[in-house]
Amino acid sequence: MNILVCISKVPDTTSKISFTDGNSKFDTNGVQWIVNPSDEWYALVRALELKEAGGGNVTIITVGNAEDDAVIRKALAIGADDAVRINSDAKDSYYVAAQIAEYAKTKSFDLIITGNQTIDYNNAEVGGMIAELIGWDYVTPCNKLDVTGNTCKIESEVGGATRVLEATTPLVISAAKGMAEARIPNMRGIMAARTKPIAVVEPAAISPQIKINVFELPPAKAGVKMIDPENMDELVKLLHTEAKVI
Amino acid sequence: MSVLVFVEASNGKIKKAGFEGVSYAKNTADQLGSTVTAVVFGNADGAEVSSLGEYGASKIMHAKGDLFNNLDAAAFTAAMTTAAEKENADIVIFPFDNAGKAIAPRLSAKLKAGLVSGALSYPTTSGGFKVKKNVFSGKAIAEVEITTAKKIISFTPNSVGAKKLGGSATVEDFAPSVNASKIKLVEVKKQEGDIPLPEAELVVSAGRGMKGPENWAMVEELAKILGAATACSRPVADAHWRPHHEHVGQTGIAIRPNLYIAIGISGAIQHLAGVNQSKVIVVINNDAEAPFFKAADYGVLGDAFQVLPKLVEAVKNFKASQN
Repeated sequence: MNILVCISKVPDTTSKISFTDGNSKFDTNGVQWIVNPSDEWYALVRALELKEAGGGNVTIITVGNAEDDAVIRKALAIGADDAVRINSDAKDSYYVAAQIAEYAKTKSFDLIITGNQTIDYNNAEVGGMIAELIGWDYVTPCNKLDVTGNTCKIESEVGGATRVLEATTPLVISAAKGMAEARIPNMRGIMAARTKPIAVVEPAAISPQIKINVFELPPAKAGVKMIDPENMDELVKLLHTEAKVI
Repeated sequence: MSVLVFVEASNGKIKKAGFEGVSYAKNTADQLGSTVTAVVFGNADGAEVSSLGEYGASKIMHAKGDLFNNLDAAAFTAAMTTAAEKENADIVIFPFDNAGKAIAPRLSAKLKAGLVSGALSYPTTSGGFKVKKNVFSGKAIAEVEITTAKKIISFTPNSVGAKKLGGSATVEDFAPSVNASKIKLVEVKKQEGDIPLPEAELVVSAGRGMKGPENWAMVEELAKILGAATACSRPVADAHWRPHHEHVGQTGIAIRPNLYIAIGISGAIQHLAGVNQSKVIVVINNDAEAPFFKAADYGVLGDAFQVLPKLVEAVKNFKASQN
């Protein structure tokens, strides 16, 4: 089975979020970049498990510049076989999805897996867009995936229920909690990653569809009101009369 | 031209986000001097469907039958495409929930319509079509401009609220000829607990401070008397103390209930990313240094095993006084 795993470079969760150029650009100064957690923990690791069980190849793809090679090497260290970098800024979700779709059309992948959502722009869009652009079926969220031949048995948790689905490849899935356990790259993996190929592909001519004009920070919390642990009646009263939530 | 809104029925009822979606579409349509057409997917009785008129829909197209009674992203996308053509709609509204996440991106790619996912408020339409949304897991807000002629917004449920305006809508059956996807729905397994976590207005959540799965009875009791869903932190789900669908946080699910009660959860930044949009946060923790207190509205510094029984008692008394 040939699997394409889409990864995105995102700021580490603990990064300070600030902006420059009149609050129009994210300030990348001093930011530690990581592979988006659901791309790495769920999409990539499950792809590797499927390959280990049934053979095949796991390719990573990202849309980014040369500085993103460091993040790609991290994903290669976890065990992916090779990588593709579409040589461009990730302008918006549609731009990214269309670039990946253009690339995927030229190859023969059985599965394309994305993480269910990135932790930077929180869009959850790229997987569905790729599926539409290449005309494949799409499952989101995918919380469990087993593959036999070209049949995928999937569990998808939606609105308090687990939907058990059966789909056939080729297929696009968006990977969420439950797919796999996170893996930490070992020294052998890190060494091997240094020599694994990263193919650099020039982008197709695609127009982005949205643009971010300006960022703002959310209003600060008023501060915590401490309640005497012996007086829970007071807490309940405040939740009813002041917060008006019960 | 009209503003189209996707509405989902489940178990014969219009989902709460459906009413809110019509309100969202109505505000947008009013700004543009347009009207709202709601496309309802799934079986529901006539009165339930036509009540969308009271929230601002002028026209309702109802797609029912087996094909439309269970979420099928490919079929629903094709049906929404047909509806958008029929209604000559340039703007389509979805809720940013599981159905919206499955369909809106597909429709966006199909219609070449710019998409903003997770809108927090109504769009502004003078001087460019702009929408505000959360980014960086709620640590910032971005104003996003859609630059294409056709536009899709998926709004964050529970952000603008449903507004009853009165009024009525014409209702017609909508039976587009679309194909089902090749994906087979084998089975639907209900998760334990009466209230699905993603839609819950009240959530009681607990973490490692509970010391072991055997101590969850108190948490469940509090949730039950409040009518709340239960949730947990990542270490608790990873240790299999609780099912992983209860895990809220950056790598679990993100929720925004009216009330989030966190018991024995320190409030790591990854956990906060999934819950910081809650309207009111109560933190119960025996560690005064727990970072969660900084994100809380109400804090109780004390041992969960001492505080919880008192809180359960207080809620019981409150509920009794309300009857």
